[in-house]
Amino acid sequence: MKAYLGIDIGSISTKGVVLDGEKNILAREYLWTEGNPVGAVKRLLAALRSQLTGAEVVSVGTTGSARKLIGVITGAAVVKNEITAHAVGTLSLHPDVRTVFEIGGQDSKIILLDQGVVTDYAMNTLCAAGTGSFLSSQARRLGVEVEDFGRIALTSQNPTPIAARCTVFAESDLVHKAQIGHSREDIIAGLCKAVVTNYLNNVAKGKAIRPPIVFQGGVSKNVGVVRAFEQAVGHPVIVDENGHLTGALGAAILARRSGKEAPFSFEIAEADFKTRGVNCGRCANQCEIICVYRDGKLLDAWGNRCEKGTVKA
Amino acid sequence: MPHKVSFPQFGDYWIPFEHLVTRGLEAEYVVPPPMTKRTLELGGKYSPDTACAPFKYTLGSLIEALEAGADLLVETGGACRLGYYGELQEQILRDLGYSFEFVNLAGANYSKPLTLLPFLKKINPHYSLPRFAMAGLAAAKMVDGMDAVDDFVRKNIGFEREAGAFEAARADFFRELRAAADRKEVSAALSRCLERMKKIPTDKPERPYRIGVVGEYYTIMDPFSNHNLEWELAKKGMVIERWMNLSGNRLEPAKKVREKIRRYTKYNMGVTCMSTIDCALTCAKKGYDGIIHVKSFGCTPENDAIPVLQNISRDYKIPVLYLSFDLQTGEEGLSTRLEAFYDMVVMRKRAWS
Repeated sequence: MKAYLGIDIGSISTKGVVLDGEKNILAREYLWTEGNPVGAVKRLLAALRSQLTGAEVVSVGTTGSARKLIGVITGAAVVKNEITAHAVGTLSLHPDVRTVFEIGGQDSKIILLDQGVVTDYAMNTLCAAGTGSFLSSQARRLGVEVEDFGRIALTSQNPTPIAARCTVFAESDLVHKAQIGHSREDIIAGLCKAVVTNYLNNVAKGKAIRPPIVFQGGVSKNVGVVRAFEQAVGHPVIVDENGHLTGALGAAILARRSGKEAPFSFEIAEADFKTRGVNCGRCANQCEIICVYRDGKLLDAWGNRCEKGTVKA
Repeated sequence: MPHKVSFPQFGDYWIPFEHLVTRGLEAEYVVPPPMTKRTLELGGKYSPDTACAPFKYTLGSLIEALEAGADLLVETGGACRLGYYGELQEQILRDLGYSFEFVNLAGANYSKPLTLLPFLKKINPHYSLPRFAMAGLAAAKMVDGMDAVDDFVRKNIGFEREAGAFEAARADFFRELRAAADRKEVSAALSRCLERMKKIPTDKPERPYRIGVVGEYYTIMDPFSNHNLEWELAKKGMVIERWMNLSGNRLEPAKKVREKIRRYTKYNMGVTCMSTIDCALTCAKKGYDGIIHVKSFGCTPENDAIPVLQNISRDYKIPVLYLSFDLQTGEEGLSTRLEAFYDMVVMRKRAWS
């Protein structure tokens, strides 16, 4: 049976799915990137392989911030940006979706759709305030697990206002609010609300938000944020059980649609990949060139802004 | 000893500046080195942190010009913070210990060319006005020609059959411009280039994707500042339309612009903001597939244009991508956004036409 592999390598987590020709999920995996995308993908492939029987991966799609690197390593047919991959993935689960909120580890985005077509999108531009990594660091500061954040937030009757425009200032404000005696659940609920306010005022600024709304990314697992979103926009917000896999799903679907097939072997989980960043040095621009090696042999290189820095495989 | 004159890097416009200085004022021109990360580091290090990005780029470029041997720097005036660039940059460079002469054109009024004359005297006290006028005509023609060629390239480079054909024609034209002695030679080079480019075989669809690029003066015209986004997008197979350029011959007078965009703005919003709105509205009315708004981080007038562009986007159902550039702009984040924008444009068009 032909199967299609989609991999979404984010800053915090790495997600993978294997689909059959009918978009049924044959295997799925979700694990931490731990700052090592190649290692994470190796672990991912080993886990996916153990879930598969009799399926043959004929095409691979990658997305997420390490999509290019992992695309080279896996010989991907499609290397796609997160917005397109998420839109395609979400449409496969919710064909009538009009708005996608996505808050990941390092970035957040909004995608607007109309009759199955992306009509507008935006990503956070400069600051990561209000993303997943911000929430995890605040959880650590407050001494709770980030997984419990949402549940605790729901117990609050009176969320504390937190100035969350900027991560650093939010942290000072949070410390201040704790020092003057606000309760922990109120502060946590306030943080969830601040994430939503920040998102709506920055990423979603000027966009017409219409239901059905689907909320994805790691932060969507936080029921406190979900509740704050519903209160702010006045519509129900759908969080899918497979929401964290949407990017990978989209990548797999795009790989299938590309019609490009190439032999793929899970053996690459055992191969030795090395990456090396070198500074070009042929002019003052000092382009950082990334070279990828498999078992000591150069696979590909990129990052140069002119032909002087071309590295040939 | 003639002065060694320089002006900050600004796209490829150093070519007409060089002509003005060498042929018109009989001084030497020091071409500042092409901008690199080092330029940004220098500019960022010595600029006020909250200054807009072009201030930092041009300061870095002036430092590199001094290092390359320039002894007289020229800076322009302008209708926004640009009007203060010269004064502040001169002070910063003096504090750094450089010795040089400084000509700040903020004191001149470009619409009254006679106000320029005292500044020319500083560059060369014995300059000849007729000679300068001749060089001025040639330089103006160069600017027009460069803008015309670049406009043509932006609209066609995405469809060339043989990769690099337009780039080569453009490069040859720029080389010829540098060698041109007068206006006539500039015109001849321009005709040759346009003829050559018209003959380059392309596969242009009947109704290609069309994207309008609007925004702030410096960042939009300096490919290094905007990471060459126009060519990057064009090469995906799109027609790129950009009205803003130095010749500005396609921009209309402010009064007329205000009339055209009356539905969206009541008051004059300053410098390029009005043209940005006007150009975006024109794209929307002509049924373009998308608009890209380009500005440097911290550019107030262009920041003010954003809510208006959002209204235009809503009224005409045209997507707008907002890009803000500063010294820290990451290459990856930008290419992700451009790629997604391209995918969206293609998807919309396939579904609705």
